[in-house]
Amino acid sequence: MSVDKSASGTVYERFQSSTEFQELRRRFRRFAFPMTAAFLSWYLLYVVLSGWARGFMGTELVGSINVALVFGLLQFVSTFVIAWLYARHADRSLDPLADKIRGDIEAEAAGKPEDAR
Amino acid sequence: MSNETLSIILFLTFVAGTLAITVWASRNTKNATDFYAGGRSFSGVQNGLAIGGDYMSAASFLGIAGLIALYGYDGFLYSIGFLVAWLVALLLVAELLRNSGRFTMADVLSFRMSPRPVRTAAGVSTIVVSIFYLLAQMVGAGALVSLLFGFTSDFAKGATIALVGILMIVYVVFGGMKGTTWVQIVKAVLLMTGATLITILVLSEFGFNLSSLLNDAADQSGKGKDFLEPGLRYGTEASGLEGKLDLISLGLALVLGTAGLPHILIRFYTVPTARDARKSVLWGIGIIGSFYLLTLVLGFGAAALVGSKDIAKENPAGNTAAPQLAEKIGDIVFGDAGGTILLAVIAAVAFATILAVVAGLTLASSSSFSHDLYAHVFRKGKATEREEVRVARISAFVIGAVAIVLGIYAQRLNVAFLVALAFAVAASGNLPAILYSLFWKRFNTAGAVSAIYGGLGSAIFFVTFSPVVSGSPKALFTDVDFHWFPLENPGIVSIPIGFVCGWLGTILSKEFNAEKYAEIEVRSLTGAGAEGAAEH
Repeated sequence: MSVDKSASGTVYERFQSSTEFQELRRRFRRFAFPMTAAFLSWYLLYVVLSGWARGFMGTELVGSINVALVFGLLQFVSTFVIAWLYARHADRSLDPLADKIRGDIEAEAAGKPEDAR
Repeated sequence: MSNETLSIILFLTFVAGTLAITVWASRNTKNATDFYAGGRSFSGVQNGLAIGGDYMSAASFLGIAGLIALYGYDGFLYSIGFLVAWLVALLLVAELLRNSGRFTMADVLSFRMSPRPVRTAAGVSTIVVSIFYLLAQMVGAGALVSLLFGFTSDFAKGATIALVGILMIVYVVFGGMKGTTWVQIVKAVLLMTGATLITILVLSEFGFNLSSLLNDAADQSGKGKDFLEPGLRYGTEASGLEGKLDLISLGLALVLGTAGLPHILIRFYTVPTARDARKSVLWGIGIIGSFYLLTLVLGFGAAALVGSKDIAKENPAGNTAAPQLAEKIGDIVFGDAGGTILLAVIAAVAFATILAVVAGLTLASSSSFSHDLYAHVFRKGKATEREEVRVARISAFVIGAVAIVLGIYAQRLNVAFLVALAFAVAASGNLPAILYSLFWKRFNTAGAVSAIYGGLGSAIFFVTFSPVVSGSPKALFTDVDFHWFPLENPGIVSIPIGFVCGWLGTILSKEFNAEKYAEIEVRSLTGAGAEGAAEH
């Protein structure tokens, strides 16, 4: 087990510095932070083009369907896809590790009730 | 039978059904977890529907369909911000909040801080945001009754506002979170069914060819191809650079505001685990996204079949576009009786929509008043659960009564800007505090308090001196002009101010609690120590 029981501090402090928790945090942040930056930039690009690139947005592609409509619909597609990707990432990489650490914390808390506030 | 009579019958059926649910919920509401969080016993799918029911307001349903019907593409552009916003909630907020809080937004914010100042700030912000949003919905209900039933007198509008207010008080006081959630679930199902039905009828009229629908919409709008492009409503060429910055400002407030709206945040506490919170946001995204796609067809369908001119004649803001379309498409497909029935159905759904949203707002503000301000600030954490729930019920009653009075008083004022303002305040004050709390080790009490008051204060300050309050024909006060801030939405200025205030407050204070940071970080990511479903 990667948690050093002789270290000082609370249960949570010891688990926070464990390699397992550091790995969980890294996996969470490595997905969530860049993805947030990506979808916010993608959305802002759409809004900025709607304000400043109206000629481009008005270009007709098929019949009355223009770039603006397709760009807008792509915002729906990207939102659905990112939600699905996150669900898959959480399911595969986050949940098993989070469950393991939670189990360890609860087992330790059950063993040493004075620490388990 | 006239459509008004049928509408009223359908609406009364909805009221009777939801009141029966409320009676059931009140029998099953025994402790604080039941009242605030529905016993944490809702499934991810149920809560996902309730999220949709809580979020898709009459402003979304009637307002966005109307915007598209009158201004074309820009209405669609507006709706997209409301959807993309849910990714912030999904990736950064929902699960971590569920794992580290219990009943309110302030639970997470005050976790590692000095509780009284932080809970006071969070409680004030929750109540301000909820009242703004609530007031806009109440005044909308008064306007709706005159649009749909032809009751134009101030008395009829006032009576409608009072009726909506009384029903929402009953749902919240007796049903708590359980009753409110079920009202929202029923409403979400009705709204999605109604909108899907009309969308299919409209599309069938155009042989399921979107391009020919758009073509007819552009023709009937009187604006030609411009109708299918951005720029008729937001950031018009006439409004110059300021107008375009206003568009960005609005987009930012919408996309960052959702994950800071207190009535949305408390929904994450109603499920047993963080995994269910994730599932509920996924369902919420599916439902809300589908709904805005339906609205796209409804809006352009109304322009094509009813015509922008006839819609604007009925209501200058376009709020009657969806009901007018329902009547028209019913006439076309099924004959006169069909039109009457569909109009009645959509009118009843619109009222159900308002009721579900105002109940969620009343619950959020009364929960925060009782749990944050009364139990933790006034009583310093010494109130019993019984006392807390009693105070929550009393405050729901008081907030509801205040909303009725303000709603009746404000019915002649243009308060539509309050919805965008609620999003701007949530994005400027609440979101920085939440994100810093969850992700920034150094964050502390001074930082949390400065982020909330700085963001809340600057959003309200700039709006006060903006053209929506004075100095324009559509302003709140039309006979005075004290505006100097050029934008209608303060987000582009107030959101950075909120984040900077939170940072500055933090580094100017030496306070830092490593032990509590370890606890919130480990708990929020693993779910250790989180409360599960209540057992009865």
